[in-house]
Amino acid sequence: MKSSPTLQHANSQRPGWADEMAAMQDAYQQAGGDPKALQLPEVATLVVSANNVLAAHEIPGVRFEAESIDHGVRARIFVSPQAKIEHPVHLCFGVIPAEGLQNIQAEYDIGDGAQVKFLAHCSFPNATKVEHVMQARVHIGKGASLNYTEEHYHGPSGGIEVRPHAEVTVDEGGEFITTFSLTRGRVGLLDIDYQIDAGPEAKVEMITKAYGTEEDRIQVREVVRLNGDKARGVTKTRVAVRNQALSEIFTTMEGNAPGARGHMDCTEIVRDTAEARNTPLVIVRDDQAQVTHEAAIGTVNRKELESLLARGLDEDEAVDLIIRGMIR
Amino acid sequence: MQKSNEELLKIEHLGLQRNGREILNDVNLQVFVGQVHALLGLNGSGKSSLAYTLMGCDGYKPDRGQIFFAGRDLNGLSLTQRARLGITLAWQEPARFEGIPVGKYVGLGQSQPDRQGVVDALEAVALPAKVYGYRAADQTLSGGERKRVELAAVYAMRPRLAILDEPDSGIDVLSLTEIAKLIRQLSHEGCAVLLITHREELLATADTASLMCYGSVIFTGDPEETREYYTGRCRPHLETLGAQPWQEEINS
Repeated sequence: MKSSPTLQHANSQRPGWADEMAAMQDAYQQAGGDPKALQLPEVATLVVSANNVLAAHEIPGVRFEAESIDHGVRARIFVSPQAKIEHPVHLCFGVIPAEGLQNIQAEYDIGDGAQVKFLAHCSFPNATKVEHVMQARVHIGKGASLNYTEEHYHGPSGGIEVRPHAEVTVDEGGEFITTFSLTRGRVGLLDIDYQIDAGPEAKVEMITKAYGTEEDRIQVREVVRLNGDKARGVTKTRVAVRNQALSEIFTTMEGNAPGARGHMDCTEIVRDTAEARNTPLVIVRDDQAQVTHEAAIGTVNRKELESLLARGLDEDEAVDLIIRGMIR
Repeated sequence: MQKSNEELLKIEHLGLQRNGREILNDVNLQVFVGQVHALLGLNGSGKSSLAYTLMGCDGYKPDRGQIFFAGRDLNGLSLTQRARLGITLAWQEPARFEGIPVGKYVGLGQSQPDRQGVVDALEAVALPAKVYGYRAADQTLSGGERKRVELAAVYAMRPRLAILDEPDSGIDVLSLTEIAKLIRQLSHEGCAVLLITHREELLATADTASLMCYGSVIFTGDPEETREYYTGRCRPHLETLGAQPWQEEINS
C-alpha cells in the first residue's frame, strides 16, 4: 500500500521511504487502524517508524515539531487554543524489524478551550526483541478536552517490552479521557505508569485493557490526584490473564480538595495458573472529598458462564467470549 | 397451536438436597412437545431450583430420581450437552455482559448464523434491532430490556424445550402482551415451554399447569383449575405456616 502523493510527508524523498511507509501502514492496520485515514488531507497525521519521522501532516489548529534522536523521536504536538478539531488526529508508531529500540519523547500541549481526539496505533508485528518507551508530558489547558485512544498490536512472539509513561496536567474545567488497549497479539512486558494532576472541576477518565497469555507480564501504575475543587476522576481497568501470565495493578486516587470525587473500578479474570494482583490505594486529604473503589479478581462469573453454556457454547468458547467482551 | 401427545420431558421422583436441606422432593412431571406447561407456587417453593436442575447448573445435581428428555436420561450430561440437545433456560435475573453486543448475544444459540433470525427475535420482544442490536448486553440495559433480550435469545435458538423463569417479573404491562405472543409462537413452532410465572396474563398461554409446594409438585391440571387451587386453598394455608424451610437457602 503506497501513501497518497497529495500529502506533504516528511523525508519523502529519502530512499526506501515508500517501502517503509507502506510497511507502517500495514502495521497500522494490524493494530486496528484504518490506513486510509493516514492519507486524508483533512486528518492530521504523525507516522514514526523506529527513529524515522515518515509523515507529519498538519492541519489548521494542529502543529507538529518532530525530530529524530538516537533510537527514537522527540515530538511536540500543539493544538491551538479554542480549536475544535473535527477529525481525530492519527498517530502511528512502530518498529517493523524483529529487534530494536524506539524511544518516543512526546509533549502534548492542548490550548485553552480546544477540543481534540487522538487515535494512536502502536504496532510491532515482527517483534522478537523490541523495546518501545514512551515518555510523555501532557498539558490540557483551561476548559480544553483531550480524548486519547491508544491501541497496540505486538505480534505473536511476546519478545517486546512496552513502557508508556506519562505525566498529565489538566487545568481548570479541562477533560482528559484516555483508553489504552493491548488485546491483540502477545503482550510481552507492559509497564504503564501514568501520573495525572487534575485542577478545579477537571475531569479524568482512564480505561486500561490488556490480555496476557503465556509468560506475559502486565504492570499498571496509575495515580490520579484530584487537586482542584470538584475535580472528578474514574479509572477502569480490565485485564485478563491466562497460562502463566502475571498482572499487577496499582491504582491510586487522591481526593485533595473540596467536592473532589473519584472512583476506581478493576476487573481481572484469571485462568489456568496465571496470577492477578490488585492494589488500590485511596487517599483523601479533604473532609468534603470522596473516593471509592471496587474490584473483582478471579474466575469468570458463574452466572455469565452458565448463561452462555445454556446456548450451547462449550466452556472454552464461553470464557473466551466473556474475556473478549470485557476487554473489547 | 401445534400440540402433540409426544412426551418430551419426563421427571421421575426427582430429589435435590443442598447444604443438608431438601430443596426438591419426589418431583414428578411430564411436558409434551409443543405444550406450554406453567409452574406455579410461592417464592421458595422450588420452581427455580427445578429449572436449574433440569438445565444442569452448577450445584444442582439431583441425588435421587431421573430426568428423561426425548427418552434420553440427562443424568451425567453437562449444561452444554443439554443445550445442544435443545434445552435452554431464560434466567429470572439474566447475567449482564460487558462488551457483548445484544445482537451477538441473541444469535449465540443459533445452529447457523442467521442475521435475519436475530432481527426477528428482537422484534418479537419489541426491541428494534436497529436500536438494540449494537448495544452491549450490560448494565446499561434496564431490567426489563435485559429480560426481553434473554427471551429473544431463547427464541432465536429455536430450542425443543424452553425453560422460562419468571419472564414476567420487571416487565411493563404492554410488553407482557409481546411476551405472551412469543410464548405462543414458540409453542406453535413445536417448542415445549416450562413457564414459571406469577402473572395471569402469561398463565393464559398455558395448556396445563402444575403447582409446587415445599419442593414437590402437589397438583397438575388445567391452568385455571390449578390457579384456583393455588389461590383458594394452597396459598392461604402456606401463609399461615410462614417461611418455607429452604426459602433462606434459595434466596441466599
